[in-house]
Amino acid sequence: MLKVETPLSLEKIAKLRKGELVYLSGIVYTARDQAHKKLVELIKRKKALPFSLKDSIVYYCGPTPSPKGEISGSCGPTTSLRMDGFVEPLLQEGLKGMIGKGGRTPKVKELIKKYKAVYFLAPSGCGALLAQKVLSKKLIAFKELGAEAIYQLEVRDFPLIVGIDSRGVGIYEDIECSNFKT
Amino acid sequence: MEKEILAEIDKAVRRANFSLRRDVFVLIEKAYKLEKNKKAKLALSWIIENVKIAKKKNLAICQDTGFPLGFITGGKKVKVDSALIENIKKSIELSYKRNYLRASIVSPFFRGKPGYKGVTVYLDFNPKIRGLEVVVFPKGFGSENKTKLKMFNPTISFKEIEDFIITAIREAGPQACPPFIVGVGIGGDSSYALYLAKKALVERIDKPNRDKFLASLEKRLLRRINSLNIGPMGLGGKTTALAVKIKTHPTHIAGLPVGVNISCWALRSARVKINNVKS
Repeated sequence: MLKVETPLSLEKIAKLRKGELVYLSGIVYTARDQAHKKLVELIKRKKALPFSLKDSIVYYCGPTPSPKGEISGSCGPTTSLRMDGFVEPLLQEGLKGMIGKGGRTPKVKELIKKYKAVYFLAPSGCGALLAQKVLSKKLIAFKELGAEAIYQLEVRDFPLIVGIDSRGVGIYEDIECSNFKT
Repeated sequence: MEKEILAEIDKAVRRANFSLRRDVFVLIEKAYKLEKNKKAKLALSWIIENVKIAKKKNLAICQDTGFPLGFITGGKKVKVDSALIENIKKSIELSYKRNYLRASIVSPFFRGKPGYKGVTVYLDFNPKIRGLEVVVFPKGFGSENKTKLKMFNPTISFKEIEDFIITAIREAGPQACPPFIVGVGIGGDSSYALYLAKKALVERIDKPNRDKFLASLEKRLLRRINSLNIGPMGLGGKTTALAVKIKTHPTHIAGLPVGVNISCWALRSARVKINNVKS
């Protein structure tokens, strides 16, 4: 078990190994399908981004609205694979970490190695548990997307497992799973 | 009448989203006890803790509060009309909104801001029951995306059907949030086979099939699936599925449709009765 704080420096990332249990504290930004599409369009058009991607972490998540008296609604991970086509431009802007669920394409594994980044798995379907680890939630951009907007979450001891480490080595390599052995 | 429907539907929506079905939870706890793989056991412990927190705090078990489905069954002498169905759909939408459940529904092409409109219902009748029964079934889309349909030749062997189901599970992999509950529909036409596969998921999963042949097929499939070593979160171990449920229907001499509809571990549904429906 390892405690890691954001921002993610190269030094912190280099130590992480696939399969390791990590408790993450600090800032993560939620972004899923439509937010990724928009971010990549902004990058391509060389427009200003709603938050700095340098050394940052994106969390593939669309939280439920926060009920009265709760900091965050349920906020578990969504399937990472759908974001795979958008990963490289974000890495070029300095993105260092991704949090989601499930395997990635071999291409993303190569990119993670190339840009020295890391991919974490969050407990699938455990949005209520993860909501307890959120200290603050702030809408950052793309309000018009509802749950698909970008939220800044400040988290404490977010339980994660290293899915693909900075050497490009993935946890699912040993598992018999026909589609994506990442 | 509208108020009564909303009150009952609201109960179902809340129960489905906040408290995991007992039959599902019992199987998860059992799997936790039997699991030897350390990482898989940790993932199962997260699931168990998550279910407890959701129930205690009235939080959605999963942030994907699903594509809300309604399985409506009209009993003896119940008059079902379009106004009643509209009422049920609207009640589900309203209940989702007032309970802080995620708006996840968009236009298929233009996407845009997700809303609540678009609840889909399946209507059926059963002369053995009284009143009206509604099952609210929030279907998570991570697992829904792994749905499979195959139109087999009528002369194939059972083994080919089994292999098809196993392949569907392998392809679903960690993304669809194992341990799964696997619904299988065999027979009918193409859409009916998939309907049966989904309907199998709203029925109890902790009891063996009443049909002996199907019960043994379910058992064999579950054993094969749990030897795939996918496990909770894809971390390995022997808990890749909690149950396999098969439903069948007569089919055409020229074909043999097989539908597979997978549910993530968070199989959420709740049944309510609405009694004072006009008759």
